[in-house]
Amino acid sequence: MAKETMTDFPLAAAFDEAAPRLPGSDVAWLDALRAQGISTFRAHGLPSRKVEAWRYTNLNALARAGFAAAEVDVKLAALPDGAALALDDACSIVLVNGRLRPDLSDLDRLPDGVSAEGLGDLLRRAPSRAESLIAPAPNASAGALAALNDAFLEDGLILQIEAGAKVDVPIHLVAVGVPVPGKAIAFHPRNLIVAAAGSHATFVESHIGAAQGSYFSNGLTDVRIGRGAMLTHAKFQDESAAAFHVALVRASIGEDASYDSFVLHRGAELARHEVHAAIDGSGAECRLNGAYLGTGQQHIDNTTVIEHRAPGSRSSEVFKGVLADRAHGVFQGRIVVHRDAQQTDGNQLNKTLLLSRNAEMDTKPELEIYADDVKCSHGATVGELSEMELFYLRARGIDEATARDILVSAFLSEAVSELRDETLASIFAERITGWVDARHADDAEKAA
Amino acid sequence: MALLEIRNLHATVDGKPILKGIDLSIGKGEVHAIMGPNGAGKSTLSYVIAGREGYEVTDGRILFDGEDLLELEPDERACAGLFLAFQYPVEIPGVTNTTFLKTALNAQRKGRGEGELDAMQFLKFVREKAKPLGIGDDMLKRAVNVGFSGGEKKRNEVLQMAVLEPKLAVLDETDSGLDIDALKIVADGVNAMRRPDNATLVITHYQRLLDHIVPDRVHVLADGRIIKSGGKELALDLEAKGYAQFGGAAAA
Repeated sequence: MAKETMTDFPLAAAFDEAAPRLPGSDVAWLDALRAQGISTFRAHGLPSRKVEAWRYTNLNALARAGFAAAEVDVKLAALPDGAALALDDACSIVLVNGRLRPDLSDLDRLPDGVSAEGLGDLLRRAPSRAESLIAPAPNASAGALAALNDAFLEDGLILQIEAGAKVDVPIHLVAVGVPVPGKAIAFHPRNLIVAAAGSHATFVESHIGAAQGSYFSNGLTDVRIGRGAMLTHAKFQDESAAAFHVALVRASIGEDASYDSFVLHRGAELARHEVHAAIDGSGAECRLNGAYLGTGQQHIDNTTVIEHRAPGSRSSEVFKGVLADRAHGVFQGRIVVHRDAQQTDGNQLNKTLLLSRNAEMDTKPELEIYADDVKCSHGATVGELSEMELFYLRARGIDEATARDILVSAFLSEAVSELRDETLASIFAERITGWVDARHADDAEKAA
Repeated sequence: MALLEIRNLHATVDGKPILKGIDLSIGKGEVHAIMGPNGAGKSTLSYVIAGREGYEVTDGRILFDGEDLLELEPDERACAGLFLAFQYPVEIPGVTNTTFLKTALNAQRKGRGEGELDAMQFLKFVREKAKPLGIGDDMLKRAVNVGFSGGEKKRNEVLQMAVLEPKLAVLDETDSGLDIDALKIVADGVNAMRRPDNATLVITHYQRLLDHIVPDRVHVLADGRIIKSGGKELALDLEAKGYAQFGGAAAA
């Protein structure tokens, strides 16, 4: 394995120093989890491109940046204005460099049927209760970066929706990265979202940077959706331009449950959003959708694995993106239909618009089917703006730059409209329009 | 002064000469028709006038209301009052008809130094224009031409023309794919817009549209040249005798 990976990542060395300061460092199960995590990470190192799941995403820049464990004290009196999604009525919970900040959060006005607490606090107060919550599902996927998250397990959000609760106030996790001048910092937030049987809830994440500068966010979110529950999970990734954002979501979806997820990537130098969804109950539905906007030298990776483990379940994926300049996009979508998962219905679509000759997209759909009564489809396209559509708009008096903007926004609207929550969909659409307008202004400036 | 003045126009597509010296003059208040066999260069002429990329003018000039049209970008030509009704209207997924029309109208109004219409003003205006064409709110809300029938697409072209009120409308085979009823609606729409200060150029293979939009002049285009011009009776003559009399390819 050593040949296939990069082992000299400074975080591996920093662990011994950091470990005694981590919450619950004297708790046996935690020690064991962290020790297992760091030993796995030391053995594998950062995944190199020889690891199949990382074939199109090169972490050399991450290795070179040499991240150290995050500082404990971060001064941040208020959130950066207008950076997080504008969810007016939401209950927001703020993480700063991976640590929960009650002073900036709405923990005192949670809607009925919702409990939210900090993982770090729980590890200190009631480590045995934390153990049962944190314990990964038997089939949970690991990997070197998930192991690193285990090793530095420290804080994050534990959100629980009571059985049967119909929560109409969205819970908004605002994760702020605050770069430390002259120092590359890393943090490893660990979140858990439990939607108990029959509950309905909306969980939204905004990942934003408080200032320009580099940091590495290595998040892991476990999502458990009980029987008949419905969870909407939307995420806005708009980290600082020099940040690295790697996030793994491990979702387990119960019988007749529904998981409707969406991600919009706009920020970060390198971003990877990876979802492993296991459909464990029959009649369940899993929707993984997303959009990505890349400029400059941004690298944006969406990797999904959907496992149909029970009969009569449905999954659908629509990922659409626009890449300009030298941006590089990756989509890897694997659908596994296990032997007992008869009457599975799975659809996957990835479409990318390249706005420059130097932009690049790698897309890899994979179907692995072990059942015989299954409907599965996948499709991928990579293309340019249609000359005929542009001409048609221009022939009606719309100038070329505006015509391009209209076509780009229209292209992305298909992915956003997959979000069933129309309010959320319009909030994401605004962010896309904002991106298109900003690019337009940039281009106008360059032309001037 | 003529509204459109084409002089000795030569154009190539992919290096292949298609237009080989066209002269045409259309005055304000006039309707002209260009008829011709397939492959004569009818659509090329309409694209050259509208400014589509890949249609290269190698000689000659086009004056539009005294201005050198070939110097203008396609959108500038539209803002100057030129309109091309497409033979194959383009589908634009994700953009509603209303948004498209409003953006186009406001772009043109801005270009002319007029104020933009807000959403309410525009909706009232577009509904007035849409009603005689049998276009309801559902068609206005749908994505531009997506899932439209052939007749709906052509009616939608005429709606755009009615909203944009051009000085010169070029109708490229607007009759193709239309049944008699749809043809009548489209023709009535075009006729309703005729004014002493604007003009229409109807490009068609068949004479039947000219029963409804009656031309002042008819020109026969064959092998990239206008080989004969005459009054509206020339269209009837062509219908009876076909294009073979001009030595071009026979009508399909």
